[in-house]
Amino acid sequence: MADLINRPFPPGRYPLLVVGSGPGALQLTYCLTRLGVEHAVISADDTPGGMFRKWPIFQRMLSWTKPFADHEKPTRAYERYDWNSLLSDDEQLRAIMPTVMDGTSYFPSRPEMEKGLVTFAQRAGLKVRYGCRWESTRREGDDFVVVTTDGEYRAPAAVFATGVAEPWRPNVLQVEGVQQYGELRAAESYADKRIFIVGKQNSGFEIATGLLPWARQIILASPSPTKLSVDTRSLVGVRARYVQPYEDWALAGGVVILDASIESVEKTGQTYKVHTKSPSGAATDFEVDDVIAATGFVAPLRDLAQLGVATFGASRLPAMTPFWESSSLPGLFFAGTLMQASGGLKKHGIPSNSGAVQGYRYNARVLALHLAATRFGYRPDRPSIRPDEVVAFVLEQASRGPELWHQRSYLARVVETGSGGGMVDAGIQPLAHFVDAGGPDAVAVTLENNGRDDPYPAVYARVKGAVKEHLLAPHPLLEFTGADYQKELADRLQPLLGSALTRSAS
Amino acid sequence: MDVRAEVVDILAGFALFADLTTPELENLVDIFDEQMFSEGERVVRQGLSSAAFYVILDGAATIRVDGKDRATLRPGDFFGEISCLLGEPPVADIVAERPLRCLVLPAESLEGFLVGHPRVLFRLLQGEARKVRTTTRWLT
Repeated sequence: MADLINRPFPPGRYPLLVVGSGPGALQLTYCLTRLGVEHAVISADDTPGGMFRKWPIFQRMLSWTKPFADHEKPTRAYERYDWNSLLSDDEQLRAIMPTVMDGTSYFPSRPEMEKGLVTFAQRAGLKVRYGCRWESTRREGDDFVVVTTDGEYRAPAAVFATGVAEPWRPNVLQVEGVQQYGELRAAESYADKRIFIVGKQNSGFEIATGLLPWARQIILASPSPTKLSVDTRSLVGVRARYVQPYEDWALAGGVVILDASIESVEKTGQTYKVHTKSPSGAATDFEVDDVIAATGFVAPLRDLAQLGVATFGASRLPAMTPFWESSSLPGLFFAGTLMQASGGLKKHGIPSNSGAVQGYRYNARVLALHLAATRFGYRPDRPSIRPDEVVAFVLEQASRGPELWHQRSYLARVVETGSGGGMVDAGIQPLAHFVDAGGPDAVAVTLENNGRDDPYPAVYARVKGAVKEHLLAPHPLLEFTGADYQKELADRLQPLLGSALTRSAS
Repeated sequence: MDVRAEVVDILAGFALFADLTTPELENLVDIFDEQMFSEGERVVRQGLSSAAFYVILDGAATIRVDGKDRATLRPGDFFGEISCLLGEPPVADIVAERPLRCLVLPAESLEGFLVGHPRVLFRLLQGEARKVRTTTRWLT
């Protein structure tokens, strides 16, 4: 429970306000604190954890943490195998998740996830004013005024990390008794019932998986065909953990998976009639005991749209820049799963992992640095790299940089020409910013997926403002540091590294 | 108004989808992704690989070739189809002139969509024919 006596951050004016206490907000406040950025954090919840305090409903995460991997804990390279731990440069705070899991699954249970987040917050000494609910927002001069149950907070910049976790349903499902993700009954109460689930994405298949041992029949329906992550080789599609209903359907076990739109739902006594229509126009009706909407989630942005935050899409996500700042209301930023609204290059139609912990934890570190540099005068350390070491550095990042593996074609490691003329490590940057914003001669490396092949390094060289793309070949062992890669990249970067590279090669 | 219903209303007024029924238009909202771009943001990048097919819902965009502005695109216009169909990097930048809201389909999904919606394919071909005509006029 919240400590209601010794609560930090009383209402008042702060240089920066963060709203939320899920993993996105915790990662951000940790990074801001390490950079010396003064800020306040408030949350409506009474403990850390955000949505993981109540969801997913069937207990285990979709994101894994491998207790044993090809790299020792808690190295940076190990982060590639641990999707759930928050990030730190302090060894005591790294790779916490494998230490709180009982080993029965490499997908943490919901209590394990919550424990990991609480442990991180406690060990890091993160301060959050819990039990402080954001109620409304307004502008006064250059300040945002965030009105809460505890009083008013004023800040020239604010970060909202409030999730995309408000279940949404279309008008056709606004029928008495139709249930929604997050408000289901106990699984055993669906024993011997006919259940119609609207929605064929992960939440729909999660519900179907949880009810498979109980239901007499399960029907999953939506207009678009089901995609599977094992086919798209990305997080687009239903994850393998929830594929059992799909196999049940494929083997004619009783589950029905239907490509159809829902025309109407009628309640008739204790049952429902669901009228569907296929893309070819064929109508099919179902009589069922329960209808469950798994039709997506929206961002609970309260009055931010009225304040000027442009939103888009069915999830009403805020439109934002590559540095996660509202594109219509400067000074207002977003963290956590809301960061998925900054789409990046979205190459081959594959989105970033910014909607999940393994992706947005790295975004949070970039955002903290961006806020510190642009609003608090912080000057990041930019270590020098000798020109003849750039190729090896870039390939090492492609092979083991966890930011690049988790945020493919979205975050990139950048090496650029420093003010003294030598090359410097400019750290992790949004790839969209690198290719669009211009700047000194530089190289950026990331990993890329095309939905068919193994991931491969994508290198972007910026010379005199023009950006050229170089895609390297995949490698069956995902190891890109070999001589062939070095030679090819050295040739490609010749215009950038110039004579220094030629000297080092001779 | 429900966001999906609003998009269906917008799509119903576009020539590209003029032959589709309301249920077919509703399905488009599931098939396509929606993206928003800020003023000045590049939507399509000349010379960089990967492609997608875009239909403008709201806003305006500039076609920019080698840094020179060539034309303006408006709601109902579409772009990106050439690099999708040819499997080649885009030959122009598309830059949001003001906040730009688009429906987007990855190149990998375009063929299946067009084969499944032959009337949209025909309308798209009409659009391509207009572009060829305009280009021919420029050249002559």
